[in-house]
Amino acid sequence: MAEFTLPANSKVKIGDTYKAPDGAKRVKKFKIYRYDPDKGANPRLDTYEIDMDDCAPMVLDALIKIKNEIDTTLTFRRSCREGICGSCSMNIDGTNTLACLKPIEDVKGDVHIYPLPHMPVIKDLVPDLSVPYAQLASVEPWLQADTPPSPTEERRQSPEEREKLDGLWECVLCFCCSTSCPSYWWNGDRYLGPAVLLQAYRWIADSRDERTGDRLDALEDPFRLYRCHTIMNCTKTCPKGLNPAKAIAEIKKLMVLRQ
Amino acid sequence: MSAHNRPLSPHLQVYKPQLTSVLSISHRATGIALAVGTLLLVWWLVAAAAGGEAFDTAQGFFGSWFGILVLFGFSYALMYHLCNGIRHLFWDAGYGFELETAYRSGWLTVGASVALTLVAWIIAAAS
Repeated sequence: MAEFTLPANSKVKIGDTYKAPDGAKRVKKFKIYRYDPDKGANPRLDTYEIDMDDCAPMVLDALIKIKNEIDTTLTFRRSCREGICGSCSMNIDGTNTLACLKPIEDVKGDVHIYPLPHMPVIKDLVPDLSVPYAQLASVEPWLQADTPPSPTEERRQSPEEREKLDGLWECVLCFCCSTSCPSYWWNGDRYLGPAVLLQAYRWIADSRDERTGDRLDALEDPFRLYRCHTIMNCTKTCPKGLNPAKAIAEIKKLMVLRQ
Repeated sequence: MSAHNRPLSPHLQVYKPQLTSVLSISHRATGIALAVGTLLLVWWLVAAAAGGEAFDTAQGFFGSWFGILVLFGFSYALMYHLCNGIRHLFWDAGYGFELETAYRSGWLTVGASVALTLVAWIIAAAS
């Protein structure tokens, strides 16, 4: 049964406030979820006042500024800072996105930052992604074919066949979509979620892959695939502009068509 | 530090309501409302079969301001569930997944369900 409220150890308390330096003219408040596993206390919401005249434009820039100049204990994942690595996925201003692609000025009022929703929190903005990673492994996201490849050339694909992979291969596995999905919140232990199903479809749609039947068999399950109720929060939130909801619908269509 | 003590990150508490999720949960809520409303229909039919006195009681309820309010809600739930159900049929056939299209069909569902409910009540009031 779905739990709509947070467990007692997860309720967010009011935290500390770090004032902007004197003379700051354009002050923006960043309210950031903090959790320290070493303290055993509940998570809290700390407020950091930032002078926007002395800060680069993206939310990730502000986080890095806070870590460098105000509070070194603030913990978050980041790497490429240009929307390619998928590390800095988090909940900003009520929706999931990559902090490096989110302009601060897009947020009206205070900038609220939480970890990806409904996930176990390791520290601050770092969620435990073990379950979605295991789910990704379960769909065996690699090319599988019994026909041996030619020793002299690669497995050929027509431009039309290759085109079917557009909108699928670009996924950076940030899991913004899966953690935006209420169905994944309530059934994330058994429902694979939009990110993993998009990856499953990426191999189902690949003309070179010869395990389409096995892949569909593995998804033919009331939970793994069919917990998708076409809510479409996934497509709405994808920072790469992909369409997991459509990929899932294509899988469902193939399930019907092969009968 | 055991992994079991890790807090759960906020979800419903922080995720912004948006047309996608609001229409989806409304679809489920109207479905439940329709199931309950059908019991009222059964009550009305059983009362009609049971005889005059029971039927008068049922009619009295449906004619009261509260009864009319319930019927109005029931009819809106029906129209909404119908319109959004058609939207789901398009999705099941693989159409309408572009975000712009999904938003357009979503607002169309809202508008059409309100319009159909009003038309039904205007016809009912006129007859």
